[in-house]
Amino acid sequence: MIEENKFATHYRFAFIDEATKREIRRKLLKAIAIPGYQVPYSSPEMPIARGWGTGGLHVTLAIIGPKDIFKIIDQGSDASVNACNLRNFVHTMTGVETTLDTNKATIIQTRHRITEEVLNKNQIFVYQVPQPEPLRSVERYENKTRQMHGEADYAKMWVSLYEQYVRHGDIMLGAGYPVKVNGRYIMAPSPIPRWDIPNLNNSEAIHLFGAGREKRLYAVPPYTKVEPLEFEDVKFHIEDFKGIPCFRTGYKKAFLDELYYDDGSKHYVINDSNFLDKLANKETPIQHENAYLNKLDHEA
Amino acid sequence: MKHNSENWLLKVEGLTKIYGTANANSIEKTGPLFDSNICPETNAIVACADINFELFPGEVLGIVGESGSGKSTIVKMLYFDMEHADGTVLFNKAPYIGKNILKESNQSKRAIRNHLMGMVYQNPRDGLNFKFTSGGNIAEKLIMAGNYHVGTIRDKATNLLEKTEVPVLRLDDLPAHFSGGMQQRVQISKAIANHPPLLFLDEVTTGLDVSVQAKVLDLIRELQQELGIAMIVVSHDLSVIRMLTDRTLVMKNGRIVEQGLTDQILQDPQHPYTQLLVSSIL
Repeated sequence: MIEENKFATHYRFAFIDEATKREIRRKLLKAIAIPGYQVPYSSPEMPIARGWGTGGLHVTLAIIGPKDIFKIIDQGSDASVNACNLRNFVHTMTGVETTLDTNKATIIQTRHRITEEVLNKNQIFVYQVPQPEPLRSVERYENKTRQMHGEADYAKMWVSLYEQYVRHGDIMLGAGYPVKVNGRYIMAPSPIPRWDIPNLNNSEAIHLFGAGREKRLYAVPPYTKVEPLEFEDVKFHIEDFKGIPCFRTGYKKAFLDELYYDDGSKHYVINDSNFLDKLANKETPIQHENAYLNKLDHEA
Repeated sequence: MKHNSENWLLKVEGLTKIYGTANANSIEKTGPLFDSNICPETNAIVACADINFELFPGEVLGIVGESGSGKSTIVKMLYFDMEHADGTVLFNKAPYIGKNILKESNQSKRAIRNHLMGMVYQNPRDGLNFKFTSGGNIAEKLIMAGNYHVGTIRDKATNLLEKTEVPVLRLDDLPAHFSGGMQQRVQISKAIANHPPLLFLDEVTTGLDVSVQAKVLDLIRELQQELGIAMIVVSHDLSVIRMLTDRTLVMKNGRIVEQGLTDQILQDPQHPYTQLLVSSIL
């Protein structure tokens, strides 16, 4: 049935049509009900190409309401091209308030980082995922990986970790370190650095993952156990910046970027731009707490 | 070990595998009497039918027969490499006592494969992952049995390589860079990594040169005596059968045509096909 006022505005609220939004929400509910399980979904066409954050955008647009406050980061930065464009798009399509303040946002979309600032139970964290299948590096056939997940047959994944340790003396996964969610499914935590992995564990916020190109959604519900894969004698560890301070704030306990200036000098600066700004303004943002961070403290 | 009819390890009853559409006469109209395993009515291929035997703990059973006689099919079905087999296979190990293991879930089947069985294929590429190191290949089996300690895994893998006479220095090398005989030894290490009570050997020496063949056979015989593993040895080579096995099944066109003690079968073959086989030894 065609309604009279259908073309009164150019687009619907949040761009995607309501039926598709409902479909995505249903799939998200399923993803939350089975933590770490990849749910196939429609992945409708967007005005950006698949592989440029459509998965995250689908999730955001399916769950966003007029009262939400939206923040988006790309590699920790609010100001990168991908973040700016998607922020403009979401704002144009919904009219919701946008913010740079981690603490103020209700929906935070991200590419490759979790914020340094701790998340609360009113927040939803949305990830843009390039490769949702953690087993893809050891098994290239989708029907095989699905069977492996179904039967919790993860030996190949473990052998690949063993092989990395034997060849390089460490498990060489800088980003996207595989995690076991709720003691069952092995999940690709989108390529967030090791630094952020412990912050997924028992988080108060909801974590939703969208892979638009691969057409998969998955989730970590609040207060869910998320463990990085580790051997009994070869343990997971986070990046160690060896006590190097951020050159703008002097802060030592955050994920750092390397900056090269034109004169060839190297500087380290906090990667999370909002966290950096807050510290620079002499505010005291509250950081995630985890055993791995505390351990760095002991060493410092 | 003294065998009586009660203490079998593996009991196979009516094991059958048919490709294509079979009808009521498919099994009757195929077999050695017709010198064919293709059903004349439906063209279904009867890979094997009505296979019955028992295997006792620590016993070495040979299966001999020409190409296409169904001997590898039997072993592949028992190791669950081949699905949808008919018949009953009973495995006398807890918690599977009294259950037809062919009807177990995929998870249980994998548990049986990892804990209670080992397989050595003719082609090492089937049994080994050539992208992983030889240590990693053995680790895969150990990890599947719940071993998540790298130090222990490496100690065990080292021991296994020593036992199978692979230079321990090659622990972290890819099997792709090994000779055929060494690849076969790594495969054997992997197969026995979890001390399974049952080992399948499918044409393990085919394709190796004669001196390496002899060494691999020696190794298998030593391991068998040392660990007391029950084995099913599939081969078309009667000298392998003579050297390794206590008892032998002779197969033709998907059926067992004769079975008995290996010595007896080789000395005094009854079935015309077995007679032909024995008399054809070069």
